[in-house]
Amino acid sequence: MHSLLRFLSELQDVSLLLWQAFLSLWSKPRYYADTIRQMDYVGVGSLPIVLLTGFFTGAVLLLQTFETFQYYSMQNESGRLVATSLIRELGPVLSALMVSGRIGSAIAAELGSMVVSQQIDAMRALGTDPIRKLVLPRIVALVVMMPLLTVAADIFGLIGGGAVASLMYNQETSVYTYSVRTGISTSDLLGGIIKPIFFGLIIGSVACHKGLSTSGGTVGVGRSVTNAVVISSIWVIIFDFFLSKLLQYLLDIGRL
Amino acid sequence: MLSSNENDTYAERGIDEVEASAPEFDDAVDAPDRMRPAIEFRDVHLAFDDKVILDGVSFSVKKGQTKIVLGRSGSGKSTIIRMILGLLKPDAGQIFIDGEEITHHSEPDMMSVRQKIGMVFQEGALFDSLSVYDNVAYRLLEQGVPEDEIDVEVRRMLRFVDLEDAIEKMPNELSGGMRRRVGIARALVGDPQIVLFDEPTAGLDPPTARTICELAIKLRDLQDVSSIFVTHEMNNLRYLSSEYATVNDEGQVVYEKEGEKLCLINTEIMMIRDGQIIFSGKDEELQRNDDPYIRRFIHGT
Repeated sequence: MHSLLRFLSELQDVSLLLWQAFLSLWSKPRYYADTIRQMDYVGVGSLPIVLLTGFFTGAVLLLQTFETFQYYSMQNESGRLVATSLIRELGPVLSALMVSGRIGSAIAAELGSMVVSQQIDAMRALGTDPIRKLVLPRIVALVVMMPLLTVAADIFGLIGGGAVASLMYNQETSVYTYSVRTGISTSDLLGGIIKPIFFGLIIGSVACHKGLSTSGGTVGVGRSVTNAVVISSIWVIIFDFFLSKLLQYLLDIGRL
Repeated sequence: MLSSNENDTYAERGIDEVEASAPEFDDAVDAPDRMRPAIEFRDVHLAFDDKVILDGVSFSVKKGQTKIVLGRSGSGKSTIIRMILGLLKPDAGQIFIDGEEITHHSEPDMMSVRQKIGMVFQEGALFDSLSVYDNVAYRLLEQGVPEDEIDVEVRRMLRFVDLEDAIEKMPNELSGGMRRRVGIARALVGDPQIVLFDEPTAGLDPPTARTICELAIKLRDLQDVSSIFVTHEMNNLRYLSSEYATVNDEGQVVYEKEGEKLCLINTEIMMIRDGQIIFSGKDEELQRNDDPYIRRFIHGT
């Protein structure tokens, strides 16, 4: 019961933080420069790891499935599997997990350090709302950059799959490209862009909440970082299931 | 008074101009205003779960007065300061800043109250990612003050704490004492009527601690600032309650001991124990007090 209450209390705090950030979106002052800086850090900074993850995920997907397809004489359809898996699921989820590790931890560490060194109190004492100045730019940056990172990961995943098909199984590039094109629909693409928006929201709000609720000095900062990454990753995976179900219903994704 | 003419731009006011004359008051105009306390606590209570932090605390700080708050760690000293800034809300009681009740102010309402208050944190609490210039300029940058006026004001404040040379440094390049002084400069930007010091000398060597106290004395005697100085160090108490700042014939600020020439009446001491005020009065009264706890505290045993 105690754990359930703690979970509900945390959920309430995160929701409240998200709501306050949402409200401050509609009034001045707005911190455009901070938001751009965060976008650069989240987007450009995370690009290499997200591209690498995407490329090798696509490559390994094809590597693991090509021979099975070949067994059923369906090797020409292998690109379809890579495209569908990547765009619907693996691209958004793996990108979110990578960003959660890189950005979620950084946000929790930065805000947590600011809390324990009284910089957040100083900011409030100087008349600045930390939610407006620190939380909102980070959440906006994540919400905007996550779909872009995911699209980049998807593209590199498809390239990875194509590279394996072409270099290891001597499949014609045009065959692979054709099966990719026939494998994905507009709904898939739309779903693959909608999901990361919510993942960005989850990572941003959990990491900011964990950072701002840090207590117990430097040990507390470490605890906040761990919690931010673990909790946001778990939430991304859990939320992915329900979001997939909702998108299936709304966009008719996944029906043959 | 430094903040008397709100139409002056920051650039038009200079610290030299401020330091050159002790505060002058038009009795007829300012008297009722000066009667109103800058800070007032009325029967304030606060507890976290079962732990009582403040238990019926009532006190006031008059305009231009310094209240030294003494007490051991965990006695509730810093809580008082956090409450004045609205960073903590009391469970019961009332808090007034400059006659305005702030007890139930929301965060947006507190933002305007905080403009009147400067806060010096224990470790300086400088923003690590910003240079000294940007730290000191922070409040003005947030207010959208023109860049040239900010530059003049930042230099004026850094001159006040004798750190103009460090203007381009980052906080991690500064010593502990320098960080506190930058923290003071940042707190004084915008000429707040109230300045709160939260153990500003903790962990500093005695000469640097004295420099910090001199800055507090200068604010009190030359700029008519109301302040609360939280500390547990008796050296701070001695400096603040026995010395005053004045300007000599050459226009320099000098510190003199109270005595035949002048007796300090603008400094009071308040001692907190377990969330309650156990002493309030002048330093002479504190020295004469018979309470065993107070005697142990002031003799450091």
